[in-house]
This record gives sequence, C-alpha cells and structure tokens, in this order.
Amino acid sequence: MVAVSSIPSSPSDLTYADLPWLIEHREDRCAVCGKCTAVCPVQAIQLTYRRQRIVGLGMLGKAKNDPSVNYRTLYGIKQKTDVAHRCIGCGMCSMVCPNEAIRPMPNPNDPRLRFHMNQAGDAWKRGGRRNDRDSLLDKIIFTRISMLTDPALDAGRHEFFLNTMLGRILPPEEFLQRRAKGEWIPPTREIFPFIIGSMSFGALSPNMWLGLLQGVAYLNEVLKIPVVMATGEGGCPPWVLKSPFLKYIILQIASGYFGWDEIIRAIPEMQCDPAAIEIKYGQGAKPGDGGLLMWFKVSKLIARLRGVPEGVDLPSPPVHQTLYSIEESVMKMIQTMSMAWGFRVPVYPKISGTTSAKAVLNNLVRNPYASGMLIDGMDGGTGAAYNVSMDSMGHPIASNIRECYLDLVAQGRENEIPLFAAGGMGKNGNIAQNGMALILLGASGVHMGKYIMQAAAGCLGSERNRCNVCNIGLCPKGITSQNPKLYRRLDPDQVAQRVVEVFTSIRTEMKKIMAPLGRSQSLPIGMSDAIGINDAAAAERLKIRYIC
Amino acid sequence: MCRLALKTASIPFSPHGVLQAMESMREGYDGSGLGLLLRGVRFTDFNYSSTDPIFSGIAHTEQALHRFNKFMEEKGFLLKYDHQFVTDLSRIEARDRHKYLVRVYKRPESWSRLTPEEQEYELMMTRLSLRHDGEKHGGDLTAFSFWPDVVMIKEVGWPLEVGAALGLQDDRILARLVMAQGRQNTNWGINLYACHPFFIQGIATMTNGENTAFVPIRDWLMGRRFPGYMGYQSDSEVFTHILHYTLNRLKLPLEAYKHVITPLKTEELDHHPQGEFLKGLRNVCRRLIIDGPNCVIGSLPDETCFMVMDHKKMRPGAIGGRPGVWAMASELCGVDAMVPDRDPALDFQPMREHTVVVSSDRKDYKIWSQFHPFHLPQAI
Repeated sequence: MVAVSSIPSSPSDLTYADLPWLIEHREDRCAVCGKCTAVCPVQAIQLTYRRQRIVGLGMLGKAKNDPSVNYRTLYGIKQKTDVAHRCIGCGMCSMVCPNEAIRPMPNPNDPRLRFHMNQAGDAWKRGGRRNDRDSLLDKIIFTRISMLTDPALDAGRHEFFLNTMLGRILPPEEFLQRRAKGEWIPPTREIFPFIIGSMSFGALSPNMWLGLLQGVAYLNEVLKIPVVMATGEGGCPPWVLKSPFLKYIILQIASGYFGWDEIIRAIPEMQCDPAAIEIKYGQGAKPGDGGLLMWFKVSKLIARLRGVPEGVDLPSPPVHQTLYSIEESVMKMIQTMSMAWGFRVPVYPKISGTTSAKAVLNNLVRNPYASGMLIDGMDGGTGAAYNVSMDSMGHPIASNIRECYLDLVAQGRENEIPLFAAGGMGKNGNIAQNGMALILLGASGVHMGKYIMQAAAGCLGSERNRCNVCNIGLCPKGITSQNPKLYRRLDPDQVAQRVVEVFTSIRTEMKKIMAPLGRSQSLPIGMSDAIGINDAAAAERLKIRYIC
Repeated sequence: MCRLALKTASIPFSPHGVLQAMESMREGYDGSGLGLLLRGVRFTDFNYSSTDPIFSGIAHTEQALHRFNKFMEEKGFLLKYDHQFVTDLSRIEARDRHKYLVRVYKRPESWSRLTPEEQEYELMMTRLSLRHDGEKHGGDLTAFSFWPDVVMIKEVGWPLEVGAALGLQDDRILARLVMAQGRQNTNWGINLYACHPFFIQGIATMTNGENTAFVPIRDWLMGRRFPGYMGYQSDSEVFTHILHYTLNRLKLPLEAYKHVITPLKTEELDHHPQGEFLKGLRNVCRRLIIDGPNCVIGSLPDETCFMVMDHKKMRPGAIGGRPGVWAMASELCGVDAMVPDRDPALDFQPMREHTVVVSSDRKDYKIWSQFHPFHLPQAI
C-alpha cells in the first residue's frame, strides 16, 4: 500500500469515468489541427502529448543495455476531469473535425459528476429542459379514422382551415347584443395554432432573434400562414416596435418588467398593434421562480434594451411585486395592459403548470378582459434555471390542460377563454403530433420554444443533458449567446429559412392528421373521441380511450 | 348512406308517396330504418285544429301506456283524438310495440296565463318528462314529438315495409309536408331516438353522412344548459339543435344557419359587405362548425323547408318541382319519384355556399348564397 498523501485525491476529484460524456479520440485519424480544442465551449479538451515506454526484451533480463526499450511520444487530445471543464457532450468537436477523429459519447456507467455540481456552494444552474426523455404526448394516437362511414379527406387536395383564435370570445347572445348596441367587442386574432413561444431578446442572440422574426414575417406576408412569436421578458428592439412586423409579435411582460420603458415609450410611434400581450406569472421550466439572465449575457445592447448596467445578473422576482392576489392581478395588470392599447389587443396570462391552474382559470373566466390562458408544463425549456426547479417542479401539461378544458366545458365556456399549452412540445421531434394531441385534448394552440431552437437553429441541447449551457452565454451554435464571436456563427437568413420549413411541414402534418379524422373546416379542439393511449391510467386521467 | 326525402305541397298528400321515393333511392343503401315527420296534418276521421299539440311516440308495454295516460291527465291535457293505426305488427322487426301513439291534446286550462314562448317551453318539457319516464322504466315509452301540427313516426325496418305495417297507404293521415329518412345500418337493437328526423320545439332536420365534429359540438350545446339540448344518440342530432339555437335563442334568420355551420373563409369574408360581423359570428359560434360530409334537409313550424350542404359538398342534394309542389332529396331519382311531372331543367343542386329555401307559399324555391349581403341590424 502506498501512502495516502501520495495519491492526489480531494473529495471533488473526478476521473475520466466519472463524467457523463466521454471523449473518444482516435489518434490514428487526428490531424492535430486544433480545431476541436478551439471550438469547445467549455475547454473540456486540450491538445497534449504523452510519453509512452515501449517495453523491449531487455526488461526480461536477457540482455543488458538492451536498446529495444524505447519511448514514443503521443500527440492527441486530453479530456479534463474537473467540474468546471467537464465535457458537456455538445459535439462541436465532432462537427469541426476534418477527419472524424473525435466525438463525445454518453457514459453508460454511473457518472459521479452530479454529486459535485455544487462547487463553491452554488447549486447547479443550467439551460434546457427537464432531463427526461419520456413524453406522454408521443404516446397519444389518433384513432378515429374515416374510411367507409364517411370518406376520408384528402390532405393534399382539399382545403383546410388550420388557424385558431387568440382572444376573448363572447357568448353568441352577448356578441349580438353588443353588436346591436355598438358596444366593445373584445379583440381577437386569427393565428396559426403553433406559436413560437416566449424567448427573450437577451436569452437569444441578436442573430437568432432576427432569424426568427424574418422567418415569421415571410410566413405571414408571403405564405399567408399567420404565425406569431412571443418575445419573452426583456423587451423588444425599438426598430421592431416601430415596424409593421409588430403585429406578428406577442409582447411579454414579466415580473422584472425589463424592457417595458422602451415599449411604453414606443406606443405613440407604433405602426400597428402587437399580436397580444402575455403577462408571465410563471414558467414551466422553473415554476415559482422569476426569469434569470446571468451576467455573462448582459451585453451592451441587452443592457440598453433592459435599462440596466452591463454585466450584472438579472434575476426577476418570482412574482409581480405590485400584486397581492390573483384578483388584484387580473384587475390591475390585465386591464392596464388592455387600456394601454385602447382595448384593441388581447391580454392573457401565462402560468406554469400547477394543480392550482383551475383556480386561476376560474378567475380569468370572470374577467371580461382576460383573453386566454397559457399553461406552461414542466417539460418547458429555459435559458437559465436551477436544475432542481427544472427537473422536479411543476406539472406535466397534458393532464393540466385537459382538466382546465373539461372545467370550461362543464361551465359551457370552452369557446370563450382559449387555452394554450406549452412545455415539452416536440421533445423527441414529433411537433405536429404533440401539438395536435394537445389540441384534441382541448388546447386552442401550443407554444414551442426549445423545439424551434433545435429545429430552426440547430440547438444541440437534449434531455440527456447534452450541452444545456444556455445560461452562461457560451452557446456553441450562437443561439443563446451575446458574444459576437459566437453568435456570428449563426446566419439569420438560414434560421429564417428553417423557420419557414418547420412551419410548412407542421402545416402538412396537421393536414395528414386532420384529413383521416374527417376534419377540415375548423381546428378539432376538444375532439377527444378521436384519440387514444396505450396506458390505462393516463386514459382514465385524460378521459380518452384506452387502446391496446 | 342514409337517404333523405322531403316533399311539400299546397294540397295535403299521403306520406306513402314519399316512402315510394325512398324505394326509388334504394340502390347502394340497405334501408334498415325509417323516420317520418309530417306537418300540415289532416286526419280523415278527425277535424284537426292545427294549434292543438300532437303527441307522437310509442308505448312499448301496456303499463307504459297507463303511465302515459295518467301523466297527461295529471298535467291537465285533454285527449281530443287518438289515431288508430291499422297495424300489421308481423311486418315489424321489433317485438315490443304495444301501441304507436299519435294523439291530439287540448292544452291545460292553466296554460292560458302563459305566453306563447312559455307554452312552447312547457310543451318541450312535457315531451322530455315523458322521455325520461320511459328511460327510467327500461325504455318502455318513446316520445318523439309533442307539438302542434307535427306527427313523427320512427321504426326499424325497410321503409316501405314499415309504412305498410302502419297502414300509411290507406291515406287516413295526410300532410302538406313530409320529411322521410331511410336509415342505414340499423338493427332491432338501435335506440329509436337515434333515428332522424330530429325535432325540438317545432324545428326538424334530417341528415345523411357522418358528423365528425360531433363531440366538441355536443359538449358546447350541452353547456347551454337548455333542457332540450340532450339525447345525442345520433351525431346528427346536433344539426337540429344548432338550427334551434340559431333561430330561437339567437333570433337570427334561417340564412344565418349556413354562416354558423359552414362559415366562409377569412379571405372570403374580407370581401363580404358584412364580413366583419360574419367573422365575429364565426368566432362566437366556432364550436358549431360542422365538418360533414352532410346534406341537411329541414323544416320549420311555418312549413318553410330548406336544404344545405357541408362545405365540401360531399353529400350533394337536389331540389325539383313546380309551383305548389316541391321535393328535396339526397338523390335526384328521389325527386323524380316525388314530383315526376315537373320541368327537370329547373332542378337545382346547391353548392357549398347555398341554402335552398321553399317558403310556406310554395310558389318557388329561393337560392340564398353566403356571399349575398346579410341584412341584419347587428351586421351593419
């Protein structure tokens, strides 16, 4: 036994095998070009050389001074094992390697890293989603297929009405009465039911934001698909506020009120009204927590937009500090925001998935200015949050939206307050199927954030905790970074093109789902007789058909 | 696919002729059930006053008939006429048909204090009470309608056979307007409430094809908390209730029905003179949008009748006739059978935007298009 002091081991010392991602490097292919080490966002790898002794026969004592004992020098890549420089599995090294000599592989053993993700007493913060790859939405199957009792529609040739309504809808009797008297009718927007969910200008890089906006504008103005996108907390660039593109944007106000000075000041100069105002009370990824923009990302531009100094953490409070209760919230915020745009813009709250969602909903039902409700389930993504919030807090979206919808049905008011669902849309890539499943459960539309980053900009994050470093501004794709060296990697035109491709394919898949169901004239909201799931408990909870 | 036939004529005629029209449309159809609705009723053995309500239904057992009699008596209804069908029950598949009821009643004295609307509500509630009573007793009493000048007959079997079993060819019941639906895929076990035409407070429609948007529409209608919006043994019953909702609850004209069930597209409404109003109407009635494929044929208390298609016109219908006699059917051969002596050049097959209306004067048919201006105070 050697002395303890001769083994360099502190409690947080990790070995190669303790890390969740292991770098596989092939020296025989490596060109030693250094691209991988240069691109690694967390400097997990370094170019290194090692000396290796080549054992010769002399070691066996057959010949003294045997020249066959040699040393050779290896050039290659060394993976760091300290917590700060652990490999995050993003795979940028593979992407840049000219010789396919390097790649990160998930460690199939038990990585011990998780026990040490609290160095200096700082609990683990990250971006991304809950690290759970399972998706209940993926399991929902569309079972009511028209064939003989009524002819199936033709997804390729028939005309489909795929849009949904955002905004408060009056009961028909009241609508007619108000029309007759010339009274106020709450504003509504006809929009595409898949919405680019709130991701702030700050969380996203300027190039990403520009790409999204370009794509959305093209979808609306050229393809006539009324897609809207939400800003997230943090305001909106002034040139957008004063542009005709504002009508495609849902402006979010959240508990930090970042960027709202700019927005309010721009109102007189706005060419058009925004699509809607979203008041964020909660976020699915970090329920009960406010927004968080870490100092790494508070660049000069972001600081100016948000009206704060550069390089400081921007944690929003968990609640709107001016509010005492939900009644007050509804009274003050929804009406104030409605009034700011002359009651011409829908205003709705976003809450995180929670068992108390129905209580919020019932309060909104009684408020004539509430234009809808967005529930963000626990599988939603974020740019920065504590891991514990992301993994363990909140409520899955499917049952939450379903019970709210059925509550509205019981009151006969399911057409009045549109429910929007978010959180985990397209987690495994099945965006149209996931969205339509929620629509058939009762949602009027779905918001998607992470999926758009993955599909339109090539976000590398996954629920295997791949990458997920959006919080520290080191996004290797330039999607969530404010560092020009990084975000210039992202071409806004290419993002815009991908946004358009994503939405046109969603539209096609929606038709491929709706046509066999025999639906084309209206979005099949609440058509729960058409879906089933191979999980008896989930079927019972969602009040849909169990299939096997 | 179900077959639909409606005939309306200034001179009362036998419903048997309409059943023969069903026969002409038999190709590609198994004709396993029949629903009939008669308006402008005339009984050869009774001088009927068209304001008295007629109860139509079936007492499946003697006990049910006793309970029915007792109920009506306790409610204060006075029996004025009990139509005796000359039945040949051997021609009926089902075995539990004790008595087919078509009875004329005098309204209770106490109703004289009620407004016409309240009386209409009470008539509906009486029918519903009888229906609930039957359901409570194992379905031994079936209540189809209870309304002035409306007779309804529903039975399982080949339409002509059913007609023969009830002696409809003997012309003891005549009518100015007959709606008939021949059902598809019906068997003895079917709930008779699933048979068309459907009826609520004087409004009746019948449909062929499937209603794929049934569940959301049903959910919304049930949320109106209106006692008559119930049943839904058939996905087509909602068409009747949507029409009732449009006319009686929203007080909109018949032309609005098409705007409710198959609204125009946004880009079409952008160019419509009342586009803004119609967009609003579409939004507030969004849950009532049907998806078809359907042809809906209906009639109103004033003997106006109409026909509409789904938006894709997947179930085309046809109208033909001459002044004084008009026929609507799901198949053109049905129109031929009902009014053979007409000018076929005047036949019309409505398109997706059309509502074809024959008003009670029966002079001609009008084609209303959704693209026409919509004259309503609210729409301006």
